[in-house]
Amino acid sequence: MIVDLQRFIVSERPFWVQLETMLNRLEAEPNLRMTLTQTQLFHHLYERTAGDLAKITTFSSEPETRRYLENLVARAYGEIHETREKQRRFFPLKWFFHTLPQTFRRHAHAFYLSVAITLLGCAFGGFALALDPDARPVLMPFSHLLEDPAKRVAEEQTVTTDRLAGEKTTFSVELMTHNINISIFTLALGMTWGIGTLIMLFYNGVILGAVAVDYIRAGETKFLLGWLMPHGVVEIPAILIAGQAGLMLALALIGRGNRAPLGTRLREISHDVVTLIFGVGLLLVWAGFVEAFLSQYHEPIVPYEAKIALGCVELFLLVLFLAKSGSGGSKSEARDSTSDRQPPHPHWRDRWFKSPKP
Amino acid sequence: MFSQWLAGPVTRFLAVFIDQLCIAVLMTLVGSLVNLVALISLGFSMAFWVIAYFVISIGYGIFFEWTWRGQTIGKKLFRLRVVDADGLKLQFNQIVVRNLLRFVDSLPAFYFVGGVVCWLNQKCQRLGDIAANTIVIRNPRVTEPDLDQLLAGKYNSLRQYPHLVARLRQRVSPAEADLVLQALLRRGEFEPVARVELFGNLAGHFRDKIEFPAEATDGVADEQYLRNVADVLYRTPGRTAPSPDTPAKAVATARPDSG
Repeated sequence: MIVDLQRFIVSERPFWVQLETMLNRLEAEPNLRMTLTQTQLFHHLYERTAGDLAKITTFSSEPETRRYLENLVARAYGEIHETREKQRRFFPLKWFFHTLPQTFRRHAHAFYLSVAITLLGCAFGGFALALDPDARPVLMPFSHLLEDPAKRVAEEQTVTTDRLAGEKTTFSVELMTHNINISIFTLALGMTWGIGTLIMLFYNGVILGAVAVDYIRAGETKFLLGWLMPHGVVEIPAILIAGQAGLMLALALIGRGNRAPLGTRLREISHDVVTLIFGVGLLLVWAGFVEAFLSQYHEPIVPYEAKIALGCVELFLLVLFLAKSGSGGSKSEARDSTSDRQPPHPHWRDRWFKSPKP
Repeated sequence: MFSQWLAGPVTRFLAVFIDQLCIAVLMTLVGSLVNLVALISLGFSMAFWVIAYFVISIGYGIFFEWTWRGQTIGKKLFRLRVVDADGLKLQFNQIVVRNLLRFVDSLPAFYFVGGVVCWLNQKCQRLGDIAANTIVIRNPRVTEPDLDQLLAGKYNSLRQYPHLVARLRQRVSPAEADLVLQALLRRGEFEPVARVELFGNLAGHFRDKIEFPAEATDGVADEQYLRNVADVLYRTPGRTAPSPDTPAKAVATARPDSG
């Protein structure tokens, strides 16, 4: 049986329009708290529209209206049945000093895996270069790394002028964006069951190991430390954290030991992945700044000891930050860790709206 | 129960193409600004250009999908929308994840990886959608067919046989009924010969479903026969559309204790 379609649309449309208006408002204003009357109206409109959808699906053949109603009901369903923590105002300092390090620590196992793969790459790169120095073009296919270390150091130490005068800002920005792109790519490759992320980490390790061994073999360890440490102690951990985020994606995708459906597993970690990658972005901004404005300057302009000391201080602060920051309230850390997985589970009205006074 | 209409990979690719054009236009505008800044400082203008390109290329999708609730300019144009795969509210982190994973989906070029995954996936999700637990749906616009203009004021010989009409309603699927309605609504768009052929085929199809007595169908052209079929499928005789109450009033009537 088919209802009188035109009459049905004409009589019900005002309710649909009103529901759509309320939905638009709710979606536009995340912090909106409706009154009890508005809530009841919203719920009534949702039920009525859902009933209309059931009628039109059962009794009518008009697909366009059905699609429209399905869309409305779907949106209202999302508003009513959303059990995840409501998105609150963003507090940058709290995010940086609490959320970011707590998130890092919560997934430390992925970070350790990331470090292990990179160290494996370092060992391979260093060993391969030590075994076969002619393999430098293969291990480090970048023109600026192929130069003889001793010769490069000699050249750098004769420079007394500012080679990057007028270009430091551009160079710095290029470094930042390039490294952030690489980090995002490393993260995104987590969706290849982690294979791509592991390859990226291992390859980064190979280059790092090869460069280190190349300079150490040439007796330029001090130069190497002075050159790499000021920015490397931040840049390398940032890449490792990007790898950590990628491995988190991969572990959720594989789901070993977690019997939840794939969607649930990915949903559980997506907030943390975003937190980490934004943290990586901030670290790389700092690293790019230091690399352009300091790392490229050597003795006699900047003493190696000063650069190495700065690197040590940065490393100490970074370790302190990642290990301790935000750990004052261990209870809040535990609560934050489950906020996405285990919602406080009040009834949706309790979450959205103030309880009416008796 | 409700279902969402998934957007296909081709439509999505076209939307991405439009978005890329928008990004190109934005970059052109930024380029003009950079040229002005270059008059003051060349180094700063170059840095500004690099940052602008990076922010726009990565942030475009995130910004629009967040502010326009799952739509970018391209998606708006093709009436597509990103939604949570479980029907829940789309969250910011989901938008960020699906946009960051474009890095892999766009490999090696023209979203090949994403397109293939989308093609193979039951929910038409690319890798970014899988990671973010989102889907892209088609967002239809409600249309109100003008049935009065189409059907009213004509004698309908089929209505003389209400038992056969009831059986016809029972046997016609929603898709078939929509086919008739759409064919009639769009009759002006068809070439005359094609229209005659189409209406002939459709009329034959419906005649096979229920055989009305010859008195009801003899001398009735195929197109008129289809109008009669649409009339009995979509309209209930003797009822006029009431003037709708305001929803608030209706709610107050339905729930006198509310508020």
